[in-house]
Parts: sequence; C-alpha cells; structure tokens
Amino acid sequence: MAADTQLDSWEVFMQSRPGANFTHQGSIHASDKKMALQNARDTYSRRSEGTSIWVVPTNEIAASSPDEADMFFDPANDKIYRMPTFYTMPEGAKNI
Amino acid sequence: MTQQEALFKYTLRLGDNALILSQRLSEWCSNAPFIEEDLALTNFALDMIGRAQVLLRYAGEVEGKEKSEDILAFRRSERQYYNNQIAEQPNGDFACTMVRQLFISAFELYLFTELQKSKDATIAAVAAKTLKEVRYHLAHAEDWIIRLGNGTTESHNRVQQAVNDLWMFTGEQFEMDETDNLLIAEGIAADLHALQPLWSNYIENILSKATIKTPQDAYMQTGSRKGIHTEHLGHLLSDMQYLQRAYPDAIW
Amino acid sequence: METAQSTLPKEEMLLAKFEEKTAAGEAIEPRDWMPEAYRKHLIRQMSQHAHSEVIGMQPEGNWVTRAPSLRARQILLAKIQDEGGHGLYLYSAAETLGITRDEMIQQLHSGKAKYSNIFNYPSLTWADIGAIGWLVDGAAIVNQVSLQRTSYAPYSRAMVRICKEESFHQRQGYEIMATMMKGTAEQREMAQDAMNRWWWPSLMMFGPHDTDSPHSADAFRWKIKRHTNDELRQKFIDKTVQQAELIGLTVPDKDLRWNEAKQGYDYGKIDWEEFNRVINGHGPCNKQRLSHHIRVHNEGAWVREAAEAYKQKQKNN
Repeated sequence: MAADTQLDSWEVFMQSRPGANFTHQGSIHASDKKMALQNARDTYSRRSEGTSIWVVPTNEIAASSPDEADMFFDPANDKIYRMPTFYTMPEGAKNI
Repeated sequence: MTQQEALFKYTLRLGDNALILSQRLSEWCSNAPFIEEDLALTNFALDMIGRAQVLLRYAGEVEGKEKSEDILAFRRSERQYYNNQIAEQPNGDFACTMVRQLFISAFELYLFTELQKSKDATIAAVAAKTLKEVRYHLAHAEDWIIRLGNGTTESHNRVQQAVNDLWMFTGEQFEMDETDNLLIAEGIAADLHALQPLWSNYIENILSKATIKTPQDAYMQTGSRKGIHTEHLGHLLSDMQYLQRAYPDAIW
Repeated sequence: METAQSTLPKEEMLLAKFEEKTAAGEAIEPRDWMPEAYRKHLIRQMSQHAHSEVIGMQPEGNWVTRAPSLRARQILLAKIQDEGGHGLYLYSAAETLGITRDEMIQQLHSGKAKYSNIFNYPSLTWADIGAIGWLVDGAAIVNQVSLQRTSYAPYSRAMVRICKEESFHQRQGYEIMATMMKGTAEQREMAQDAMNRWWWPSLMMFGPHDTDSPHSADAFRWKIKRHTNDELRQKFIDKTVQQAELIGLTVPDKDLRWNEAKQGYDYGKIDWEEFNRVINGHGPCNKQRLSHHIRVHNEGAWVREAAEAYKQKQKNN
C-alpha cells in the first residue's frame, strides 16, 4: 500500500471586508487549488468572516530567518525622516 | 384539491427534501475521510436544516393548524413524508454520498432558479437564498466526482458503482402530480418536466469529465409523491424522532 | 552581557538568549531557535490538544441524529463542527514545529499520543449533551483562556481564535440543562443524572494536583503554561457552582463548602485512582473512541489516495 497521505498543506489568507488587507489565518490540507479554496472557506469562514480568500502552498512560502533580522530590519530604524513626526510644522498650519 | 392543500403539500415536499438529506449528511459527522471534509459535509447539513426550518414553518402556517416546524419534522409518520427517495438513501461510501449530492444539487440548481420567480413570496425568497448554497454544494460535489473518477482505479470503480446504484432514484425528482399542475397554473411551482433535459445534459457532461458512463437504464423508482418510500426512511425517522416520541410532553 | 555570552559555545548562547526571551514574556515564532525539550513539550501538548478536539466530536456526534428539535440539531452540529475546526487549527499550529499531521495521527493510533481523558466516558442521554457543553467545555475554556498567552506564538494565535469561537459552546450546554430542569420530572432526573456522571471527570480534566504533576517546571519557566492545574480547577468550580444552584442542580460533592477565608469553594477528594485507570486504557470508551478513529482513517484512505493520484495526473498533463 502507498504511504498514507493527509494531502498537502496550504496557507490561508483572508480579507475580512472589501478593500482590507489579506491577513494570515492559518493552514489547511488539500490536494489541489480548488479543494484548497473550498477547505479554507469551510474552515476559516464559518462565521461569515470573509469576502475573499487566497491560498498558497505552504512549501512555496519563503520566510526570512530570525538570524537575518538584524540585517533585514535594523537598517530601517534610523530612517526616522520617513515618519511624519520628523518634521517641524509652523505653528497654526492646518490640514497638513 | 384546493390551492391551500396543494401549497401545503408542495412546501412539505421542498422542506422534507432538505430535512431528510440534512439528516443523512449529519451522519458523516466525525466519519469523513479527513477533517476538512468533515467540516464541509457539516456545512452542507447546516445549510439544509436552515432551509427545512423555514419551509416547514411556512408549511405549518399554510396548513393553519398551528403545527410548528418541529411538530412537522418530528411527529409525522413514514407515509406522511414527501421527500424524493434519493434523499433518504444511505450514505454508503464517500463516492456514493458525493454522487447523491451531485444528482440532487444539480436538480436543485434548476429547480430553485425557477422558483426564484415564484409568485409565492416565501418560496421565492427561500429559492434565492438556497440557490447560493446549492451552487456551492454542486461545485464541491462535481469537483470530487471529477477527482475520484480520474483518480485511481478503485475510486473510479466506486463512483461508477454509485452512479449505477443511484440512477434509478433520479427520475422521481422530475415527477409531477395534481399538486404541481395546480400550482404551476398559479405561477407558484416550477415545471419539472422542463428541467429534466437541462439536468440530464449537466450530469452527462460532468460524468464524461469524470470518465464515468451515464447509465442507459430507463427504469425509475417512484412513490414519494404519494408518501411511498424505501425501507431506509423508517429507520432514519426512528432515530430522528426518538426523543420527541418517547417524551411527548417534554419541551427541549 | 553581549561579551559574556559570546564566549559561550553557540548552543549555550542560543539557550541563554531563548531563556531570556521567554522570561521577558516574548513570543517564540516557528523559525526562532528553541531547545529540543521545548519543541518536544509543545508537540506533545499541542497534538494532544488537537486529538482531544477531534476525538471529542464522537461523544457529541453520538446524539447528532437524535437531537430533539431542528434548533437543537443545528446548534449541536455547528458546535461539533467547531471542535473539528479547532482540531484543525491546532494540527496546523503543531505542524509549524516540524511534525506532520500524518505523524500525529500515527502517534494517536499507536497510543504514543494521548487525548483528553474526559472523552473516554459515554454520552448516554440527551442531557449528556448539555453536561458536555456546560461542564466539559466550561472546564476546557478556563484552560484555553489561560493558554491564549502561551509563549509559542502559533499556539497562542490558535487559542485566541478558538476562545473567540467557543464562547457559545458553554452557553448552549447550560441552556440545554436549564431547559430540562424546567421540564418534566423525567427531564429533571435526566439532567441531574448527567450532572452526577460528568462533574468529577470534568474536575479531573485539569490534571493531577500541582504537587503530583509531571512536566510542570519547564513548562512554567518557558511560559507554555501560565496557571497551575489547581488554580484553574478552583476557578472552574467557583464559577460553576452558582450556575448549578440557579437552575436547581445539585453538585454531587457532599464536601463542597464555601470558604470565606479563601473566597472560594472547598471540595471533596478527587478519585485519582479512577483517573489513572481510565487514562491507562480502562475507561468505558477508550477502545471505542480509538477504534472509531482508526476505522474512519482507514476507510478514507482510498479517497485521499485518489485525490493525490488526480493531482499527479494533472501535473503530468
């Protein structure tokens, strides 16, 4: 007999309302895209939480490693000129 | 037969189809091939209980004898149910359940598309809501039939077997009697004869995609319009009605 | 600090950093370094938790086709479906630790992985559905609320979702009990009988007394666990007794007494011999629950194989 299978793992992203970001919900198992979408719907929107679903094969996701966190994220720390609060506005200026 | 009697019977038929199939589908609870499918089948059952609730409540109103949806669901006897026999057929294996679903959901797709135009406001509203659910049930069932038909030799054979076994129950869905004729004249019911060729085309197309042969056998079971059922219904009801019958004075 | 650590061998340095992080209450993500013992502890706990949700579908599923009204059937089905969904969330979260769902299921079937002992008791009457929702889910929620702040982030995220969804479970169980207590004499008797049979096993769900609890020290230091078994049990008793009294149910414990000084109930001795007997396989339903799961798993194998075969054929075309 062939080795048992619980089918492939897929990551599920859902949009809670039109225009919102897609956020990660968790994962499900399925053997193909159509099944993955249906299983994601039946698992993660039992309480009408969604308007749209993405599914992505888990092994297709590339993730940054925590070891690389310094290299990836620290260089952004001192670029405070990207923040609106960095700038001094003349007193009394409105709508800016 | 008065229009009121016809509408009562017709609504019961629609309600019973949902009630009995939901009972069968809920038997899959904790028995599905993997956990995701367990959730899917439960969702189908929940959709159908919801539909049964609305329709049986309405049937009670139409009848005007102050019977609640629960009284109608749990206190009628075998011969007083009007669901199509296909709905009460045992689950069998997963292939059998999916084939039964395909046959029923494809029928319901055409039926409720027509009933959306019903002059009876309640039936039209139920049809519009149900149609969304049915499209999903149908997509799920047909995807599985195509997968299993093209999967392994075993899965192919199981689907073919289920199609052969259930085929004789498909014709009854399109039977019409006095009830239908009276309500069609009033613009309330759908002409089922007109739906049959659409259904046949649809099913043939899916089965051919699944490399499954459509049976040519023309013999069809009949009886449910008169409350005649297969032996399976009695057992299903004795399970379903047990508490209501054993404790008739209790409120749950 | 930095310099002191850098003189240590790599493994020890990582461990020190990990301990520092968990001590500070920081969350651990799947790709963070973690000690093998932490990973093992989590796999054991999370897979047991997942299996409990899934096996727990059986005693409730036992009444699904016999629920006494359309509303009752709807609610029960939705609840059991949630349990399945929660099992699924937890399997998913456990998979981030490098174990597959297949492996977890194999461990369940071989007896290596456990599930909650409570599900080795039978659901004999409709009132048991009430008792399971009210007492068993009630006990589970106390535990799960505490686990929302567990250190392993995927576990914590799953628990947050589960707690949100389970908020109706306990209420539906209590509603069944309350309705039956307002009903006929037979119904009241049925409800009290269910209370008598499920009360003590529910208290056992929190596990042995803290003094006898294995696996505890690491679990606390690493903040997998945030409250002790006895703390959680006390919390459950304190909130449940009032609910029982309100609807006229008697808690089957002659030693139950309000203790003004500790602002909580004192309760009788838990029969740990029974607990151990059941956990070691001699409960009323151990064999039934496991063989059901194995049978369903084996009967579904051809479906999973067919789905896999179809996927391969689509790829080759």
